[in-house]
Amino acid sequence: MTVADRAGRTERADRTDRPNRRDHPDRADRADRMIPAGRTDRTTDRTGVTSRTGRVSQTGQANQTGQTKWAGRVEAEKAGRGDGTRGGNMRAEVIQERAAHGDGEADEALVLARVETFRRRRPRALGEVVTAAHGAGGSASAELIEAVFVDAFRNPALDALGDGAVLPLPSGESLAFSTDSFVVRPLRFPGGSIGDLAVHGTVNDLAMTGARPLWLSAAFVIEEGFPVDELRRVAGDMAEAARAAGVEVVTGDTKVVDTGAADGLIVTTAGVGLVPPGRQLSARRVRPGDRVLVSGTIGEHGMAVMIARGNLAIDAAIRSDTAAVNALVEELLAAAPSTRWLRDPTRGGVGTACNELARDSGLGVLLDECSVPVRPDVRGACELLGIDPLHVANEGRFLAVVPPEQAPAALAALREHPRGRSAAVIGEITEGPAGIVAMRTALGGTRIVDMLVGDPLPRIC
Amino acid sequence: MRFVDEFRDPAAARALVAAIAELAGTDSYAFMEVCGGHTHTIYRHGIQHLLPESVELVHGPGCPVCVIPMGRVDDAIWLAEQPGVVLTSFGDMMRVPGGRGSLLEARARGADVRFVYSPLDALGVALDNPDRHVVFFAVGFETTAPSTAVTLLRARELGLTNFSVFCNHVTIIPPLRAILRSPDLRLSGFIGPGHVSTVVGSRPYRFVPEAHGKPVVVAGFEPLDVLAAVAMLLRQIRQGRCEVENQYGRVVREEGNPQALALMARVFELRPHFEWRGLGFIAQSALRLTDDFARFDAERRFDMPGVRVADPKACQCGEVLKGAIKPWECKVFGTACTPQTPIGTCMVSSEGACAAYYTFGRMALR
Repeated sequence: MTVADRAGRTERADRTDRPNRRDHPDRADRADRMIPAGRTDRTTDRTGVTSRTGRVSQTGQANQTGQTKWAGRVEAEKAGRGDGTRGGNMRAEVIQERAAHGDGEADEALVLARVETFRRRRPRALGEVVTAAHGAGGSASAELIEAVFVDAFRNPALDALGDGAVLPLPSGESLAFSTDSFVVRPLRFPGGSIGDLAVHGTVNDLAMTGARPLWLSAAFVIEEGFPVDELRRVAGDMAEAARAAGVEVVTGDTKVVDTGAADGLIVTTAGVGLVPPGRQLSARRVRPGDRVLVSGTIGEHGMAVMIARGNLAIDAAIRSDTAAVNALVEELLAAAPSTRWLRDPTRGGVGTACNELARDSGLGVLLDECSVPVRPDVRGACELLGIDPLHVANEGRFLAVVPPEQAPAALAALREHPRGRSAAVIGEITEGPAGIVAMRTALGGTRIVDMLVGDPLPRIC
Repeated sequence: MRFVDEFRDPAAARALVAAIAELAGTDSYAFMEVCGGHTHTIYRHGIQHLLPESVELVHGPGCPVCVIPMGRVDDAIWLAEQPGVVLTSFGDMMRVPGGRGSLLEARARGADVRFVYSPLDALGVALDNPDRHVVFFAVGFETTAPSTAVTLLRARELGLTNFSVFCNHVTIIPPLRAILRSPDLRLSGFIGPGHVSTVVGSRPYRFVPEAHGKPVVVAGFEPLDVLAAVAMLLRQIRQGRCEVENQYGRVVREEGNPQALALMARVFELRPHFEWRGLGFIAQSALRLTDDFARFDAERRFDMPGVRVADPKACQCGEVLKGAIKPWECKVFGTACTPQTPIGTCMVSSEGACAAYYTFGRMALR
């Protein structure tokens, strides 16, 4: 259960305790499997977070293809082919490099090259029923999207890169369009609520395409018995979040379902915005030497939600970072007009987002552990749980790739904004190894930063 | 972060690496880190890329999840599928494949499987669900066994009737002995486990230098701890000493934790033999509940199938656990067997040698 995919994309709803389904095995089984996004367990929850249910679309991709959204899928396949070639180069490089260290090492290099090829292979055929694995963000998820959704909807608009579809308009501007569903337990957590997330998530997805978000829709699936007061508060949070982000909720829908059918409340938002003429953000524009920036400290949302669930016996004043980043993105793009690529590292965290960057660009990403901004309390909680902050969700941060000459101006612009005070350059793009995110550790060693696989489960000793 | 940053200081690390290079000189050494926690630290901080090429770290059998044989996982799944049963376990057991899939897959089929952070949480589940029977799937070395013991004593105090433990606790010394007896042993010394030693102390390792002529240094889990332990091992060899040293003195005492040992003695007894994944049956290497706690023993309360399942043919976890091969030398490493689709246990837990190598260590940037 899980997820991990791209920042925030594949997600499954979090529900702690699975009710015992033995009474109606068939029905329960079917219900479970039909709605991968709606299922969970503690395991899953460890990433934190918000599960956004509706994204069956994105369910996937953790390891294989580039994008989680359908919109990105087609592009991802292209990038995948590119990777293949690059993979060959890498293999040659590695072998050459390793040959210097004796034959044994060359063997290892061969094995590793084969492993890389496997990491990039296309998903295999889909099984007969949707299973938990299809919601887990791995290759099974990629398979589901590929075999069902991309196959059904394939069209030129799916070619658009990024967090939403970007559709050209006659005026020279483009229309950005994105949708997202949200489930989070608890509905309220330090620093925010499901209402905040529902607005911020869609606004941020639009902002990541370079768009200025304008209008949102909101649909509510509400369980019978849900308190009206609570609903009013959620709507109030959404109104406030929309005001702060400069967008309006202009249409909506409600449905009431049986108790137990919706995990309390599911909120789905969709949004549209306009991308000014000339703005182009895409992993294909990323070049070796470009710098990777993060707009603030990482890991706060996931950790705040995990702690708010109350089963960790950890007491820390960590608040979710949930916020709309569109204003900050505008500052960045004004200061660094050649910005190549943006992404909000939601579920799966910065580590997963960087892996998508490496894969989609066909280049390497080298992070510097010392430069990654993490609040001490978040770091402490992660240490205790054996979780890597690079895999913890964020809801008010974004990653940007900018050319080196514009990096100082970009950083200065981010840091001037109240939401970007702790922004930092955390790494750079390298020629190779292609598709790999590596990190120079604080100790001076190196290691790989992989995608989050499954959930970050706590270690036993 | 206090108490952590001190043990990750880059300058101190450079000094230690320099000392190691000098001590190692031109000779080659292979040291086994027994504990999976060390394996994780070594890869997560890129330590293997800092060491001189002449010093090799070999990963040992101390990942508690990795040594559970498939048949025991199947038994746990069988338990979870019994009517009215809630099966609880630590998070990293959830994805371990048995012959019939993993506990996560059992849950997908409708079994009530929940993960807990401590056996006491499992007891809480039992208290909250008096109409269900809650089984705790207990795994781990002496590190986690005392907390299972405390939980059982508490369950008895409370007079609970809907709680039992499926005990798979193992002990650290017998597998170490098995490795030392292996004919293809090519190790120069051992980095002794830290957490286990907080309970058992450093004394039980004395047979390693005394009977087998290999030095042991019990070490902590921060990167500097591991580097310091390597330096201490090399120093022993250079100086012609061969003994058990304790690098982790801030936590580990020679006699261990007598209270924890006493608790374990009240609740557990040694099994005549127990199957270890990849290592086969090892005599007196695991714990079961004593007769006093029979009513909390899932193995006695339930008629479990207890079928032994052979490891998949392609899987070489056994060789990896013994340090006979490196993870990448396994035929299915990274292709058929990945952290997403593990065949062997070493690919599951982040402490497993294969998972740690796959996730962190695949590539050296020079």
